[in-house]
Amino acid sequence: MTPVSPQLLTSESPSLASNRHDGGTAGHRDEWRRTGTILTHRRWLGIMGALVAASVALCILCLQFGATRVDLATLLVVAKQWLGLGSVESEEGGTAAIIMMHIRLPRVLMGFVVGGSLAAVGVTLQALLRNPLADPYVLGVSSGAALGAALAMLLGIGASMMSLPVLPLCGFAGGLLALLMIYRLAQSQGRLPVHSLLLAGVILNAILTALIMFITSIMEPNRSAGLMAWLMGSLTAPGYSALGVLVGYAVLVLAIVMHKAHALNVLTLGEETARSLGIETERIKKQLFVLTALLTGAVVSVSGMIGFVGMVVPHAVRLVVGSDHRLLLPASVLVGGMFLVISDTIARTILAPAEIPVGIVTALAGGPFFLYLLLWRKDRML
Amino acid sequence: MPVVCASGTAMQVDRVSFRYRNDQAGRPWTVEDLSFDVQAGEVLGIVGPNGSGKSSLLKLLAGLLRPSSGQIRLGSQSIGHIAPDLLARSIAVVPQEYVQVFPFTVAETVLMGRFPHRRGSWWGMGIGDESEHDLRQAHQAMVETDVVTLAGRLVSDLSGGERQRVMIARALAQEPAILLLDEPMAFLDINHQIEICALISRLQRERQLTVVLVSHDLNVASQSCDRVMMLKDGRIVQIGLPVETITTESLRAVYGCDVVVDAHPYSGRPRVTMPV
Repeated sequence: MTPVSPQLLTSESPSLASNRHDGGTAGHRDEWRRTGTILTHRRWLGIMGALVAASVALCILCLQFGATRVDLATLLVVAKQWLGLGSVESEEGGTAAIIMMHIRLPRVLMGFVVGGSLAAVGVTLQALLRNPLADPYVLGVSSGAALGAALAMLLGIGASMMSLPVLPLCGFAGGLLALLMIYRLAQSQGRLPVHSLLLAGVILNAILTALIMFITSIMEPNRSAGLMAWLMGSLTAPGYSALGVLVGYAVLVLAIVMHKAHALNVLTLGEETARSLGIETERIKKQLFVLTALLTGAVVSVSGMIGFVGMVVPHAVRLVVGSDHRLLLPASVLVGGMFLVISDTIARTILAPAEIPVGIVTALAGGPFFLYLLLWRKDRML
Repeated sequence: MPVVCASGTAMQVDRVSFRYRNDQAGRPWTVEDLSFDVQAGEVLGIVGPNGSGKSSLLKLLAGLLRPSSGQIRLGSQSIGHIAPDLLARSIAVVPQEYVQVFPFTVAETVLMGRFPHRRGSWWGMGIGDESEHDLRQAHQAMVETDVVTLAGRLVSDLSGGERQRVMIARALAQEPAILLLDEPMAFLDINHQIEICALISRLQRERQLTVVLVSHDLNVASQSCDRVMMLKDGRIVQIGLPVETITTESLRAVYGCDVVVDAHPYSGRPRVTMPV
C-alpha cells in the first residue's frame, strides 16, 4: 500500500501506453499538426499580419470619402505636411488638411476602435453564454449602458464633472446590470437555448428602451433631440485627447480580455468540464462580465447604440480562422473595426452632404444576416 | 516510473455525505455516509437506479462538488486542498453529454486537455502555449482512442460514438492517473458501446489507468468493471466483484423487481435480462 501523493501524480509521467500505438504511427500519421487543424504561431502571425495590413489600407481608402472627396495624391500631401516634410503654402492642401486631420481621421480611428470593441464584446459574450448569437445590442447590454448614460445626461452630471469620465462609468454600470440579468437567466437553466436567450434579450430591451424613452420625454426638446441622434448610433469626430483616452482604455481592456482567450476556449466545453480542467469558472466569468461591461459602457457613451457588429463579425471570422479564441478574438477586433469604418463611410456618403446614423447601416446589414442564421442555420445553433 | 502502483489505494472516500443546498436543514442527503476505496489500476463501476446519487458521487470524486461532511483523499491529501490545476493533472472527467456550438476541430478539442499543463508567459497571451510535449501527448491520446484520422474534422459533425472517443482523448491528454466517466455508453449504438468497452479495458491495461465509471446499464458494469458498487438512495448496498454484487437478491432489494441473472457465455460474469 503506497499512498500516491498528488505531487507524484502530476510530475511529468512517461507515457505508459505500449509502443504498439506509438512506434509505427507517430511518424506518418501526425500530419494533423501541419495541416491547419490547430492554431500555430505561424498561422497566428500570418492572419494577424494580413488583417493589420488590410485595416491600414482600408482606413486610408475610407479617408478619401465623405462630403468632399479627397484623392490619394492630396492625402499624401497632407500626410507629408503633417509629418513636417512638405511645404504648407498650398491653399487647397490647407482645407484638405483641416478636413483630414480634424474631422475625418479622428472619426475613422474612433470608428475602428468602436467596431473592434463591439466585436470583442460579442466574441466574449458568445463564449460565456455558449451561444453564437449573443450580441451586446440584441441582449440589451447596449440598452443598459445607454440608459445609464442617458440618466447621467438627464441629471446633468456629465456636464458638471468634465474631469471624470462620468458617461462611460454610468454606461458601464447600466451595461453590467443588464448583463447580470441576462446571466442569471442563463445560469438558472444551465445553458440557455438560443430562443429563450433571444426572448430574454427582447424583453429586457423593451423595458430599457421604455425607460430611455421616458427620459427623452421629460427632457427639454433641444436636448432630447441630441439624445435621440446619439441613441441611433452615430460616430462624430472627437478631439484628439478624447480619442487618445478612448484608444488607451480600449487597448488596455482588450489586452486583459486577450489574456483570458485560452480559458475562453475551455469554457466552451461546458462549465463542469472547464472546472475539471482546473479553471476557476466563477472567478473568470465575473472578470469577463466586468470587462465586457467596461468596454460596452465606454463604446455606447461615445457612439450610442450600434447593433449587430458583435454578432455578424465573430460569425464571419469564425468561418475563416476557426474557433480558437486566441486568434478569433484579435482577428474579430480588426475585422470589426474595418466593418464599422466601411459602414460609417457608407453612412456619410450615401446621402452626401447629409449623413445618416451608422447604426442604421449596421442594422440593415446585420439584421438580415441574423435572421438568416436563425432561420436556416438553426441546426448549428441549437 | 509508473506513478500508480499495480496495487494500492488511488482514492479514499471517508464518511462522505452530500446534499444540494446544504444550508437548508432537513433536505434529504443525495449521498449519505459513504466510505470506500478506489484501488489503483482497477475499473470501478457505480450502478443504481435513477436518483440514487451515482452522478453526484462521481462529481464529488472529481472535486466538482464539495462534500457536506467527510473527506475524499487522493493519496494523502484531501482533494479540497489541492489546487484546481494540480487536481486536473491527476483526475480527468468525461461528462455524460457534450454539446459544442462552436466549430472547433477534433485536434483543437483534444489539445484543450493540455490546459492544466500549460506554461505560458504573460506576454505570450496564450499563443503557441502548446509545447512539443503537449502535441505529442495529444497525438498519443488520439491514437489510443482511434480518432487521429478525424483530427481535422469539426466535433459538431461527428457521430455520437466518435464524439465520445474524442472526449475520452481530451481526458487522456490531461495525462491523468484517474479517469472518471459518467455514463460513457448512454445514447450509443451497440457497436459503439463495444468500442468504448474495449477502449476502457485497453486503457486500464496499457496506461495502468484507474477508471471509475457510472452506468445505469448493469450488463455494461458487469462486463467492463473489476468491481461494482451498487447505490440506493445515496447509500452503498453492495460493493465487490460483479459476481458478488449483481445477484437476483441484490437487484430485487435495489430495484424492487425480479430479473434473471445468469452467467455470460464468454466471460462467465453475471448477465441481467428481463424475466418476460
